[in-house]
Amino acid sequence: MQPFTKLTAAAAPIDLPNIDTDRIIPARFLRKPKEAPGYASFLFHDVRFNADGSEKPEFVLNQAPYRGAKILVTAENFGCGSSREMAVWVLDAYGVRSVIAPSLGDIFHQNCFKNGLLPVILPGEVVAGLRRQLHQRPGAAITVDLESQTVTAHDGALHRFEIDPFRKEILLSGRDEIALTLDFDARVRDFEARHAREMPWVAP
Amino acid sequence: MATPLTMFEKIWSRHVVAEGPGGHVLLYIDRHLLHEGSTSAFGRLAKAGRRVRRPDLTFATADHYILTSPGVVTLVCGDSHTATHGAFGALAFGIGSTEVEHVMATQTLWQKKPKVMRITVEGRLAVGVTAKDVILAIIAKIGAGGGVGHAIEYAGSTIRAMSVDERLTVCNMSIEAGARAGMVAPDETTFAHLEGKPFAPKGDAWRRALADWKAVPSDSGAAFDREVELSASEIAPTVTWGTSPQDALPITGRVPDPAAVADGARRESMARALAYMGLTPGTPLSEIAVNRVFIGSCTNSRLDDLRAAARVVKGRRAVVPAWIVPGSGLVKRAAEAEGLDRVFVEAGFEWREAGCSMCVGMNGETAGEGERVASTSNRNFEGRQGKGARTHLVSPAMAAAAAVTGRLTDVRTLVG
Ligand code: SF4
Repeated sequence: MQPFTKLTAAAAPIDLPNIDTDRIIPARFLRKPKEAPGYASFLFHDVRFNADGSEKPEFVLNQAPYRGAKILVTAENFGCGSSREMAVWVLDAYGVRSVIAPSLGDIFHQNCFKNGLLPVILPGEVVAGLRRQLHQRPGAAITVDLESQTVTAHDGALHRFEIDPFRKEILLSGRDEIALTLDFDARVRDFEARHAREMPWVAP
Repeated sequence: MATPLTMFEKIWSRHVVAEGPGGHVLLYIDRHLLHEGSTSAFGRLAKAGRRVRRPDLTFATADHYILTSPGVVTLVCGDSHTATHGAFGALAFGIGSTEVEHVMATQTLWQKKPKVMRITVEGRLAVGVTAKDVILAIIAKIGAGGGVGHAIEYAGSTIRAMSVDERLTVCNMSIEAGARAGMVAPDETTFAHLEGKPFAPKGDAWRRALADWKAVPSDSGAAFDREVELSASEIAPTVTWGTSPQDALPITGRVPDPAAVADGARRESMARALAYMGLTPGTPLSEIAVNRVFIGSCTNSRLDDLRAAARVVKGRRAVVPAWIVPGSGLVKRAAEAEGLDRVFVEAGFEWREAGCSMCVGMNGETAGEGERVASTSNRNFEGRQGKGARTHLVSPAMAAAAAVTGRLTDVRTLVG
């Protein structure tokens, strides 16, 4: 997995709450392999492109200063709905490395960690303020620093975020989580023996 | 005296293999369900030279077959609606494809303990009001993000009075409330349903299991991180008008007016939803004409659902194209044995093969651009049932009513 340490990049605001993963990548693209050429074009496809393939100029990522943004600053519950991990793959393919939000869909949130994208949760007012700045100064950069757990806004304000030490460590190092868990194999074996004694009916 | 515990806590603590940093635990998984979408995880596992650690705990499922999964167990699947299995008192949640690979290789997941919310519904549901209306009313109340970071326990006399099929509907839509898991404490209804089922324990194991299940409900006085209460008498047949499951109102209501909303962001998202849905504020919901009806999906395609729809349909005719898609081959055959298929076919409905079908609009089973669908599925997102398709979420009885009248209709005016 690609590690995440520190990123300074242009950010794009997504103002609507409850953006679901169907909107991030419509169902008809789910069978495409993520290595497919043009995979990034599936991102937000139906709100980003017209039926004839031309761009919808009102969509934020189609506006010059936000095009190619590596950070998204969203409203509440971004990534809700379907568990499709392709929603994270397609963001990654587009180049997005971090999503800053007041809250995220639970499975989407987990899926970010598994693919080296950093999900940052900050209070609603702070995130709304960041989005306002991005509207006032289109194309402004934001810095996300995982080591110090801070977001530096365009106006220089520093916002500290919380992140689980466990997830932080894995993101910083880019470690393979399965390999890490396999180190616990003896513990899993002990557990399985005890579990079979205490709840013998569980195994089918 | 020991501290009173929630059902969630009791199940969780019995599955902790090891404690990691920051409150993460390595959680043991008793049941892993695979579906056709899990193939990429298989590929990655093989490529890394790893094997499935416990094939005996790994189950392949073809359609919405519900593994009649007993309480107290942990169950995961690479599908966000896995919480459906919480209806038996299991801790069941959906995971992403990388997590599927992790469970295959290790039979565990690193999990941070969620908060626990109890949603209590008390009282008797009126005629024509169903489990689907209850969960839509719950989501309207707490919001599509209301359950984020929580496991939900559904409690109260209304839930207790529900059949297992109805509980499955409620738990299914926990994800639409933002929660990863939803559960109902096992009781006599659960035990009666499980006894003798293919994967249920037998003989002595059954007796041991029963003792475990009886001990699992939340202790009285257990503390929840959040409590929400609803009264059954306030719940009417419910429909959604927008593009989020939280955009739900009683069928007796009208399309809401964004101009009446103070919060700017909410106003904008409502206006956008209404534009997408092609609706004018103030229109009575019962005057909205529909182009299609879809009765199916993992939310509402079990035997009880088909029976409820058939009761409304009997002796009437569908006036718009209407599909019935049973949840599984098993449900399909059981419904045919009762003659439900004939009720539908005689009324001009299409009796189709089991599957997801128009819930997700894959395999060409989609609604057309601008078409309005009364659907018993769980998601009314933009483009969910086809590009530009407009979805109104309803119960099976309400979907049947819409099929025979051609508009969103209060089912209570047809039955009573
Ligand atoms: S019916 Fe719909 S929500 Fe349920 S599993 Fe199929 S696609 Fe997903």
